[in-house]
Amino acid sequence: MNSEFKKTPFYDMHVSLGAQMGPFGGYMMPIRYKGIIQEHHACRKGAVLFDTCHMGEFIVKGRRALADLENIVSCDVSSMETGQCRYGLMCNDKGGVIDDLLVYRRGDDEFMLVVNAGTQDNDFAWIQSHVSSDTFAENISDKTAKFDLQGPGSVKIVQKIVDEPVADLKFYHFQPNTSHGKEIIVSRTGYTGEMGFEIYSEPELSLQLWNRCMELGAEPAGLGARDTLRLEMGMPLYGHELSEKRNAAESGFVRAISQSKKFIGSKVVLDNSQKKNALVGINLEGRRAARNGDTILDESGRAIGEVTSGSFAPSLEIAIAMGYVENTFSSPGCRILIQTVRQNIPGVVCELPFYKGATARKAMKNFC
Amino acid sequence: MSPEDRKYTKTHEWIKIEGNIAVIGITDHAQKALGDITFIELPAIGKVVAQGQECGVIESVKAASDIYAPASGKVAEVNSLVVEKPETVNQDAYGKGWMFKLFDFDAGQVSTLLGAKEYDQTVGQE
Repeated sequence: MNSEFKKTPFYDMHVSLGAQMGPFGGYMMPIRYKGIIQEHHACRKGAVLFDTCHMGEFIVKGRRALADLENIVSCDVSSMETGQCRYGLMCNDKGGVIDDLLVYRRGDDEFMLVVNAGTQDNDFAWIQSHVSSDTFAENISDKTAKFDLQGPGSVKIVQKIVDEPVADLKFYHFQPNTSHGKEIIVSRTGYTGEMGFEIYSEPELSLQLWNRCMELGAEPAGLGARDTLRLEMGMPLYGHELSEKRNAAESGFVRAISQSKKFIGSKVVLDNSQKKNALVGINLEGRRAARNGDTILDESGRAIGEVTSGSFAPSLEIAIAMGYVENTFSSPGCRILIQTVRQNIPGVVCELPFYKGATARKAMKNFC
Repeated sequence: MSPEDRKYTKTHEWIKIEGNIAVIGITDHAQKALGDITFIELPAIGKVVAQGQECGVIESVKAASDIYAPASGKVAEVNSLVVEKPETVNQDAYGKGWMFKLFDFDAGQVSTLLGAKEYDQTVGQE
């Protein structure tokens, strides 16, 4: 029954650890092991591991690779130094989002792009059709395994699984490293808001490193906790906050969108008159959650938008949501209602992130 | 193996008769399937419910589900502990995690519900 879904190199291990598995992005992935809330807190306080092998990695290189990427992604690429990562959006001609991704600058003319699982085939086809004839693009997803080691406890663990010192690695930077005689990449990035790392290697070594991290005290965490962690940080999930149908500018992710260059879709994205809605965070009254697709109403009951993600927030102990509302309702403090199947839940538009105590940007020396 | 001192529904509630009162909760299988329970809404005391009627809501991080009355009756008491600490249901679905109690309930309906063995078979357990 699961044959239509792909398996990551970690699949058998997830099953043997007792994970509840479910489909995501074309793969059977672990949703939870012991429980979403426990895994969530383990990430905020200790160290957890996420299987992220399902995500896609592409290499783009050549003398015109930089210019090609400036055209393909919304973030500024030229100002990146070698060893830096940057978050960006890949837009279509209408300014809708094909995918959100991380750009890794590996050299003057060489880049790695890290994209979502369910979109990667489409992404790669789009990139191939929009790069110069002498730019080399390769999808290295099948030979690249990746896991995320996240949480304030991750600093002590990461140094024990790699050869070269990691201590100087800055937020949103990466380094080539080695382990067991093989080349790996360690980046100080993640999707939880916490201090943490994403580790790229060949599949066999990846599993070995994952097991070593568990021996050193990291707990496995599933996509359930990954979702509550990212939602508390106001981070988007492709297919929810971002889609081909919605103008990238409405997401408000200004740091991901350069205001000073042309890129595919920029005619729409940089035209403020076309930005009709805004992505907002909403604190709900109480613990009852709103869900993706619920309608957002103003206080008189008129529909003004739609929820894109909603959940109980374990670190805040209230329900939170993100959604798009008409611009005039996007100011923090604005009172709204969310129409769910069962009742209207009152909520208040709030600043993002929801959770203010995250550690990702702190100096690594505080966690050694 | 589910406890044999009570009856079960296909919608994963249990009902246990204690004298002239029937206690209702959700099964261990149901709490496991839901995962961490985060919100519970129960019927008002005094409310008359019919068998199969929606009379509460249970939400977990990832899911939401209705609670259905296993038998007709009148709500005598609700468990405020599970409203304040929904995780109680994950910890003890057959004990401290009970949801509500009925009086004037239809004992005939209760007798036709699933026994422990039948329920376990329907959820694929031993």
